[in-house]
Formats: sequence, C-alpha cells, structure tokens
Amino acid sequence: MRDGRLARTPLYAHHLRLEARMMAFAGWEMPLQYQGILAEHRAVRTSCGVFDISHLSEFWVRGPRALEDLDRLLANDPRRLVDGQALYTPMCNEAGGMVDDLLVLRFSEDRFLVVGNAARREADLAWLRTHAASEVVDATEELALLAVQGPASEAVLRPLVKVDLSGLPRHRFVPETAVAGVPATVSRTGYTGEDGFEVFCPWDRAAPVWEALRRAGAVPCGLGARDTLRLEAGYLLYGQDVDEHTTPLEAGLGWTVKLQDRRFIGSEALREQVRTGVRRRLRGLVLEGHTIARRGCPILRDGAPAGAVTSGTWGPWVERSLALGYLLPEHAEPGTPVTVKVRDRPVPAEVVALPFYRRAAQRAQ
Amino acid sequence: MNAEADVVPEDLRYTTEHEWVRLEDGRARVGITKFAADRLSDIVYVELPEVGREVRFLEPFGVIESVKAASDLYSPLTGRVVAVNERLRNEPELVTQDPYGEGWMILIEPTDPSELDRLLDAAAYRRHIGEV
Repeated sequence: MRDGRLARTPLYAHHLRLEARMMAFAGWEMPLQYQGILAEHRAVRTSCGVFDISHLSEFWVRGPRALEDLDRLLANDPRRLVDGQALYTPMCNEAGGMVDDLLVLRFSEDRFLVVGNAARREADLAWLRTHAASEVVDATEELALLAVQGPASEAVLRPLVKVDLSGLPRHRFVPETAVAGVPATVSRTGYTGEDGFEVFCPWDRAAPVWEALRRAGAVPCGLGARDTLRLEAGYLLYGQDVDEHTTPLEAGLGWTVKLQDRRFIGSEALREQVRTGVRRRLRGLVLEGHTIARRGCPILRDGAPAGAVTSGTWGPWVERSLALGYLLPEHAEPGTPVTVKVRDRPVPAEVVALPFYRRAAQRAQ
Repeated sequence: MNAEADVVPEDLRYTTEHEWVRLEDGRARVGITKFAADRLSDIVYVELPEVGREVRFLEPFGVIESVKAASDLYSPLTGRVVAVNERLRNEPELVTQDPYGEGWMILIEPTDPSELDRLLDAAAYRRHIGEV
C-alpha cells in the first residue's frame, strides 16, 4: 500500500465487470468472491477455477551468486532444484522464525523467481537485499499471476498453450511459453489441494489471458474460496497460521527444513529446536456441529488451556467445521479430544492430522 | 446502488442490526433483511433458540454463521418464541434465497408490542443501509 491507497491488479476492471465483491487485502483491492464462496469452492474441487493472485510478491534473484545466496536464505535446499523446478520453502530469521513462506522457481543457476505473500513484500525485499549479494529485483507489478486450479485445469489450458502440459509433473514449470498468445511461464503448482497451474505473464497483458481462461471454462474465484480451499488442503496462511515468531518445525513444516550439511539463516536455532523439542505444534481440529472456530479461540483439554486457533472455517467440500491451531505437544496427538471455546461456548473437537482433504487421484506427481 | 428500495418491504419494521419483523395476528415473525443476507452470502449455519424461550428487545436470540464470520441475531421485540424455522437447520441458504419468506427465523409472542415503535420503518432502514 502506498500513499494509503489500495493497489490494484491489472484485472481490477474485469473483477468489477463480473460484479465481484471487492475487499482490502494486504494493501490490495482484491475480489473476495464473485458468485459466492461455496460455489467457487465447488468449482475448483470438481472442475476448474481461475484466481487473480497478481497481488503476490515476486522477486528476481539474479547473478552468479544467486544459488549460493538462496542456499543461505532458505530453510529448504535450493541446490536440489534443476532448471524448471519449483520449491516450497520457509525463509527464516536468526531465531528460526519465519520471515515468509515462499515458492522459489529456478530458471537457471543464476536466475530464480521468488514468490512471497502480498503482505510480506516490503519485509521480503528488505530481507533479501540485506542478506543476498545478488541482484534482487521487485517484479511484483511486472508479473501478473493467475492460478488455474481444479481437476479440469489441464483440459482448460490445453487449447490455450502450444506445449504439452500432460507430462509436466507437480512443481515443474515451463519457463517460456505462451497462454492465449501472451508470453507466459506455466508452473504446475497451487494452493488449493487440486491439480493446477500458476500462470505468470506480463502485468499489462493479463487481461486476455484471464478472458481466454474464462471462455475456456475456468470459473472466476475470489480470495474467499482460496482461503476455504487452502484450509481444507491443510496449507498455512502467513500472518495467520505462521509468522516471524513461529518456526517451520512448530508449524508442521519440518519436511521443508533441510538441516543436514547445511548452514542457513536460522539453521542453528532450528537445530537447537530439534534437540530440545518444540514448545507447540500446529494441528488440524475438526469441530462438532456447525459452529465455526475463529482465530484466537482458546483450545482446552480437560478444562485446562491447551492452545489457540489460528484459522477456522466451514469446509464446504468435507462439510465439517475445520480449524488450525497451535497445541502444547502433549495435547497434539491426533485423536486427542479437546474443547474449542467459541464465543464463550465450549464446542467439542478432535485433533487430527493434516490435510483435512486430499484429492483422490494424484494425476501428476 | 439504489436497488435497496426494492429489497426493503414497506410493511415491515427493522432493527439497525438488520433484522426485520412482521406482525401477523398479534405474533411477530422475524428474519434478517436481504441487505444483510447478501452481505453474508455464504451462510452455512443458523443457530436458533428453542421454542418457549424468552427473548428480549435488541438482545441476541441466535447466531448466523457464514463462511467468513459469525454474527449475532438480535430480537426486535421482547417475548416468547412460539415457533422456529426448522427448515433452516438443513437449508440455511433459504435465508439468502428468500429472506422475507421461506428464510424467516423465529415467531415471537410479544409481551410489549409498543417496542415496535422504537424500530426503524422502511424509509429509515433504507437510509440506515445507505450509510452502512
């Protein structure tokens, strides 16, 4: 946000034309929903939805030391990447707290694209520039980003691209292609728990891509459905479920932390946490009935404080009331019965392993 | 944005919290307005009181859960609940589809009908939502 005004993506006018309900999100004026969160959620689970996520931060990290720099900045190991491969990774501070969680795309050994949360743009940029010797370029308003998600997403994209996407495994990307005639990078990634693609294209040419995707059958989806989808899929939201004071180990992201034979910012603190054990663990909760837990709701075990909710929603597909929250390790075992206090009313709940939803057929892995 | 006039029926009274009330043979039927239902849109659950419970003027009688937020429902009158809309337990979307009809919530036997005069009429409610 600059000058107190909300930023707009290149698709702003298209959202208004579709009568989207707009909302302020991380300094941007974004569509919350078009026809409704439940319908949009269903479209992504059963066919194909398209999200404007151009508000996400994008940074080029370039130069001969790019890989070396990222190796020192990221908890996950960028040396494992080959050209055309993407990596989900936390970026930690010295204490092991998360500066952000990122998707890092390797174009070549000296050129990476780092995708971060909209709300962390300034923080990420400052952190990258402080700790990297490479050139760091803020490309947030140069690259528009559309997420095409759902079991039909490949079929929707097929007539719009010249490359064959059917063999593209998850977390791989095609660096240079075109979507509906517009130069684009197409990555088999997403945040919905479905098969899907993320399309990066020039900021001022996003509109024809959006229109072509819509004509091809992709249902416009807003940030409301994005949130219910990611929660069902057990994905975390920065600023809500994780922040600078939570470590990836506490957040259940241990699989992204590669400590062996590596030194990166925060690695010592994380090593220490591995030795001493975490003080709390992020878990899924399934609540009884229809009451929805909201952020901050206390979690109790046998009447004693056991943790707090960080995200909660109705899971439109699984049709259960779902939440994420941090629990003391002794109460974090899946199957543990707990109570969530919602508006001072105790609601029975159960600790469960994440995700709440996993798509049945993994078509591309 | 002047379609509000179409969705604020003249014959009802309104709370500033967006409940409507309609008198029917001395009883009062209560729901939420189309304006509020549209705002909530994705209603997943409506928590209603039991029949026989006492409700009080502008105090909560239930909760409406949408995907994004929970909101209290405020009683427009003091009285006793004589019926609740059981259909909403399984079809909460009726609130959005037909807020002044099938989406009604409770029927109250009011103990002080003069409280009606303290509620907004259609013109005042229209002004109110113009300012929200």
